[in-house]
Amino acid sequence: MALKLSPAVLILIATVLIVVLPGLVLPSPYYYRVGALVFISALAVIGLNLLMGYAGQVSLGHAGFFAIGAYGTAILPAQLGWPPLLAAATGVVLAAALAFAIGRPILRLRGQHLAVATLGIGMLITMVLNAEVAITGGPDGMAVARATVFGFKLRAPETWYWISGGLLILGVVAALNLLNSPTGRALRALHDSEVAAEVLGIDVTRYKLVVFVAASVYAAVAGAALALFSGHVTPDVGSFLRSVEFVTMAVIGGLGSILGSIVGAAVLVILPQVLTVFQEYETLVLGVMIILFMIFLRGGIVPGLAARLTARLTP
Amino acid sequence: MTASMTARATTTVTARLLAAARLTATASMLALGLAAGFGGVGAAQAGEIRIGSVLSATGPAAFLGDPEEKTLKLYAEEINKAGGINGDTIKLVIYDDGGDADKARTFATRLVEEDKVAAVLGGTTSGTTMAMVPVFEDAEMPFISFAGAVGIVEPTKKWVFKTPHTDRMACEKIFEDLKKQNLTKVGIISGTDGFGKSMRDQCVKVNAKYDVEIVAEETYGPRDSDMTAQLTNLKGAPGIQALVNPGMGQGPAIVTRNVRQLGIALPLYQSHGVASKSFIELAGDAAEGVRLPAAAILVAEKLPDSDPQKAIALGYKTSYEAATKGQVSTFGGHAFDALFILKGALERAKSSDAAKIRDEIEKTTGFIGTAGIFNMTPADHMGLDLTAFKMLEVRSGDWTLVE
Repeated sequence: MALKLSPAVLILIATVLIVVLPGLVLPSPYYYRVGALVFISALAVIGLNLLMGYAGQVSLGHAGFFAIGAYGTAILPAQLGWPPLLAAATGVVLAAALAFAIGRPILRLRGQHLAVATLGIGMLITMVLNAEVAITGGPDGMAVARATVFGFKLRAPETWYWISGGLLILGVVAALNLLNSPTGRALRALHDSEVAAEVLGIDVTRYKLVVFVAASVYAAVAGAALALFSGHVTPDVGSFLRSVEFVTMAVIGGLGSILGSIVGAAVLVILPQVLTVFQEYETLVLGVMIILFMIFLRGGIVPGLAARLTARLTP
Repeated sequence: MTASMTARATTTVTARLLAAARLTATASMLALGLAAGFGGVGAAQAGEIRIGSVLSATGPAAFLGDPEEKTLKLYAEEINKAGGINGDTIKLVIYDDGGDADKARTFATRLVEEDKVAAVLGGTTSGTTMAMVPVFEDAEMPFISFAGAVGIVEPTKKWVFKTPHTDRMACEKIFEDLKKQNLTKVGIISGTDGFGKSMRDQCVKVNAKYDVEIVAEETYGPRDSDMTAQLTNLKGAPGIQALVNPGMGQGPAIVTRNVRQLGIALPLYQSHGVASKSFIELAGDAAEGVRLPAAAILVAEKLPDSDPQKAIALGYKTSYEAATKGQVSTFGGHAFDALFILKGALERAKSSDAAKIRDEIEKTTGFIGTAGIFNMTPADHMGLDLTAFKMLEVRSGDWTLVE
């Protein structure tokens, strides 16, 4: 039996368990809120991981697309009276369109040049959000209208736990499908060597663009979910620090690992909540823990642990 | 496929399965660790009153959040030493949101669901405050914010109060002073940073009330190092009688220097955003004659003895500076005011019933705080009027009161 389960199916089963098991036992809305935040971050990080872990392209502006999803969902209902869910979908389309438009010129850059270009995009987006006070509410942010489905207002953390969990599972399915397609194989070839990939006849530019747009869609969906869930957005959602946080989640969890994205997000969302017992030393302890993760599980938590387990189990 | 290959394949798959199972277990445990590891502080004990607070003690707003946190800790201890509130000791539950609105909201949920606090103070920035407001409104939890935006208490929200004066009041104070001197045509030069922009937007809403006409407007970026071009434009505006500069940081100091360099003789008004000694140091001699509205706490020693705020402002300044070795700021004062408004409400309510505490906060009248004299009403959940601001003028390198 065991032979028939492919890694992809295992990853999917693990994701479903991660969503369902805690969902059955969590004691209060607070825990559901934290859980929902883990899933939302994980969704954005999976997108980033496709870009960084599989295609090997660095992005330091991922939060910019996250912010477009969030602010699309906030602005369209507030300014034009759109229904929130339609606004969320539009936000995602906008993010994808922007990624498509800017992807072509900037994805020609490599390594640190690409990192700086994406950084610039993220910063531009936050600058606009901060400056256009009349539309975005400026640095104080703006309220987001609640989404209503069949007359039922989506507001309870429990509801959002299951919605974001569902989105995460869908995101994982989509990512696995992408990776097991010819596109996925092309991406991995590109990750190892762009020149070699090109020599093999892979349209490098096109695949890079595909994965860049896909990553921006993940981020925008996550951003839209966050906006609808929290009911208030501020320009921090797109800040440089948020982008760095996403990259850290991807790296800690494991680059090139879908489960790693979820674990990385879980670690960085949950740890600050646990570490409040250290009071003012909280940030220090968090920093030390991240360093320790990086020293002892250099490939990231999930690939690192998997490698150790496999090593122990195979003599 | 040979037998050994099949065996190896089986082992790898089993290993993978096991690895995946372990990982799932680890991840679920991480998630479940929430349940076991970091619940709340536990149920409130007898003889204890729990007050929650979410502050931006780190991150970009730390210059606001840090003095607030220090003030809360300092005075909670003092109140406890003096016998607590109705005999109950205060237990503060403080979380640091790092300036992130989503974290603030998570902590707000935590205070409500897990820590079961009696009331919540804080919300350092307007962003974090607004993110938390729905949580407290839903949970019917009394909440006093330390953030500036008018939007926090307008429209009035049943469970939400705030202690800092607003930008609009600073504009009104300036316009009131202009009107007194019959200066009715002003030019506004504002920073495009959050503070400058927000205050400018408030100013252009209230100028008509004081018969002040805005004849010209200019802006500058937060990092600009020269504003002579904008000032030259303003200088040429027909009939201009005074300049108003909403902004914080070093922009206003540069404006002040440029005004003198260009020999513009118009009266210059700065905002409460630069009400600190560093402004005078940055602007140097050019600051002479500049006027600005500011909280009493900055000029505590200079207030006349007849001023009811003098004792409170001076007392807070002395205790804070002695305890922290730092310089007093208006920000910590907002925390001081909120804590003592809540203390008064708790003493009058004589119960931990949220609705009673809320009602008593709303009935706060004649409370003398560092920001002014608070008179809350069902329609006004801030309770300050223009007397909260003192008009100051820089003379020989120091603040002096203009009244």
